[in-house]
Amino acid sequence: MSKVLEVSNIQKRFGGIYAVNGVSFDVHEGEILGIIGPNGCGKSTLFNCILGQLQPTEGEVKLDGKVVTGLRPCDLNRLGVSRTFQLLQVFPQLTVRENLILAAQEHKGNMATRLIGKRDAGLTGDADQMIGFFKLAHLADERAGGLSYGQQKLLDAAMAFMSGPRLVLLDEPAGGVNLTMLENLKERLQAINKEQGATFVVIEHNMDFVMSLCTRVLVLAEGKVLAEGLPAEIRANPKVIEAYLGH
Amino acid sequence: MKLSAFAIVASLVVALGLLVGPIFLSDYGRYILSMWIVMSIAAIGLNLTLGYAGQVSLAQGAFMGVGAYVSALMTIHGWPLPVAMLTSALVCLVLGWMLGYPALRVQHHYLAFVTLAFASLAFLIFRNEEWITGGVDGLANIPRPYFLWMATDGSLAFYYYCLGVLGLIALGYYGLVRSPWGRAFLALRENPVRAMSLGIDTRRYILVAFAIGSALGGVAGSLFAPLVQFVEPPAFAVDLSLKLLLMVIVGGSGFYFGPFLGALIAVLLPEWLRFTQGYYLMLYAFFVMLLLVISPSGILGIADKWITDRKTRVASAARAATASAFEETKQ
Ligand SMILES: Nc1ncnc2c1ncn2[C@@H]1O[C@H](COP(=O)(O)OP(=O)(O)OP(=O)(O)O)[C@@H](O)[C@H]1O
Ligand SMILES: [Mg+2]
Repeated sequence: MSKVLEVSNIQKRFGGIYAVNGVSFDVHEGEILGIIGPNGCGKSTLFNCILGQLQPTEGEVKLDGKVVTGLRPCDLNRLGVSRTFQLLQVFPQLTVRENLILAAQEHKGNMATRLIGKRDAGLTGDADQMIGFFKLAHLADERAGGLSYGQQKLLDAAMAFMSGPRLVLLDEPAGGVNLTMLENLKERLQAINKEQGATFVVIEHNMDFVMSLCTRVLVLAEGKVLAEGLPAEIRANPKVIEAYLGH
Repeated sequence: MKLSAFAIVASLVVALGLLVGPIFLSDYGRYILSMWIVMSIAAIGLNLTLGYAGQVSLAQGAFMGVGAYVSALMTIHGWPLPVAMLTSALVCLVLGWMLGYPALRVQHHYLAFVTLAFASLAFLIFRNEEWITGGVDGLANIPRPYFLWMATDGSLAFYYYCLGVLGLIALGYYGLVRSPWGRAFLALRENPVRAMSLGIDTRRYILVAFAIGSALGGVAGSLFAPLVQFVEPPAFAVDLSLKLLLMVIVGGSGFYFGPFLGALIAVLLPEWLRFTQGYYLMLYAFFVMLLLVISPSGILGIADKWITDRKTRVASAARAATASAFEETKQ
C-alpha cells in the first residue's frame, strides 16, 4: 500500500521541554491508525506540527511523497487533509447546517464564485446528508451553540468530513459522546473509510473505541514512539501496559 | 413567521418614509438625512471590517477623508462624480489592502494602534500637503453632481442622489454578508485557527475585509464632499474614526442593520438634544456606557437576544407539549 503521510523525526520544543521528541511514522493509504499515550505525551502537539498549526523545531512531513512542512493549515486542507481539535471547535452562532457548509465552502469554486454565487455554495444537499448520518436532523436549523456537548462533538467531527478529505486526523473524537452515538460514530468512520477510501489517524483515550476501530496503533510516551503494531499486539505489549494501559 | 412579516412591513414603511418624508422637510432636515446616508455608508464599511471579519480599525475616518479629497479635486476639475466616486473607492481599496498587512501580524488593540497611526498620518497629509489638499484652508466650491441631465444643486435632488447610492450599496452589502464570504468573515472573527483548518485562507479574507471596508469609506467621503461642498482637515481628524467606531458598536456590530441604526443615532441625537446645549456630548457618552454595559453587542444585540429567547420559549413549549402528549398515550 502506498504511503499517504510520512512523518520523519518531528521534534517540537516549548521553552526547555521537548513536547515531541523525534517521532517518525508512516500512514498508509486506507488504514485507520490509532495514536494512544498518557496525558501530556505530545499527541496533540504532534498533530499540530503535522498540520501546520505549529512549526516543528525539527523534522519533516510528506504528503504523497511531497514535503509539506511549512505549508499553512488552509493549504493542507485544500490538499485533502482535514482535522478536528481536542477542544470543541464549532461555530456557536451558526446553525448546524451552516457549520457544515462552512466546512466545505472553500473547496467549491473560487473567491469570485464564493462572492457572487449561491449562499450555500451548492452544499445544502451534502450538509443534510451529513446531518442525517450523524443523526442531527432535528437540530439542522439550531444554532450550534445551543447543542449539548456530545452533539457539538459529533458536529465537529462531521465538519471534518464535509470536504470529502482523503486523510482525516481526529483528536479525541469520542470524548463526551454517549455509547450509542459512539457506535454510530465508529460505523460512520468505518463507512467513510471503506466507501470513500479515506485514511484516518485517530488520537483517543477510549481503548475499546481505539482497539475496535483501528487497523494499527502507535503508542507515544514522553514525546517518543514507544511501540507500534496491530491492536492485539499493542494490548499484549509489556512496555505499553507498564507505561499506559496499566494492569 | 409573524416576525419576518413584521420585518418586511417595517422595511417597507422605512423605505417609503425615506422616499417621501424628505419632501416635507426643510433644507436643513434634508442635509441631516443626507449626512446620515454618508455616515451609514462609512459605517457599513467598518461593520464589514470590524463587525463581520473582526479586524479592529481606527482608520475609517481617514478613508472617508481620502475619498472626500479625491472626489473634491476631481469634481472641481470637471470630472463627473460617479467617476470620482469609483476612483475614490479604488484608491481606498488599495490603501485598505495595504493597511491589512499589519493585521496579518498583529491583532486587537495592537492593530487598533497601527490603524490609529495610519489615521494620524492621513490627517497630517491633509493638513500639510498644501499643494494638493489646500492645507488648512481646505478645498471649497465643490460642485454638486448631475444625475443624467439633471443638476442636483437643490437639497432634495442631492438627497435622492445619496439615497440611490445608499440603495445600491445596501444591496451589495446584503449580498456580501449573505454570501460564503460573509460566512468566512464570521469564521475568521470567531475562530481563525479552526477557520484555517477548514481551508479558509484567513490572510486573504483579512486583506479583502480591510480593502472592501475602506473602499466604502472612500465612497462615503466622495458623497461627503459635494454634500458639505467644502473639505478641510479637521473634518477627518482621528475623532471621526472614533465616531464611526461608536456608530458600529452602538448600532450592533456584526448585524446587517447595525450601521444604519448607529449612524442614525449619532447624526440625529445631537439635533434632538440640541435643547440641552452643551450637555449633549455628556448625555451621549452616558448613553453609550449604559448601552454597552447592558448589551456589548449594541442595540441590535438586545433585539437579537429577545428574538432568540422568544424562539427558545416557543421551542421548549413545543417540546413540553410533545412530552405531555407522550405521557398521555402511555396511560
Ligand atoms: N503551546 C504550548 N506551550 C508550552 N507547552 C505546551 C504547549 N502545548 C503543549 N505543551 C506541552 O507539551 C506537552 C504535550 O502536550 P500535548 O497537548 O501534545 O499532550 P497530549 O498527548 O495531547 O495530552 P492529552 O492526552 O492530555 O491531550 C505537555 O507537557 C504540554 O504542557
Ligand atoms: Mg491532546
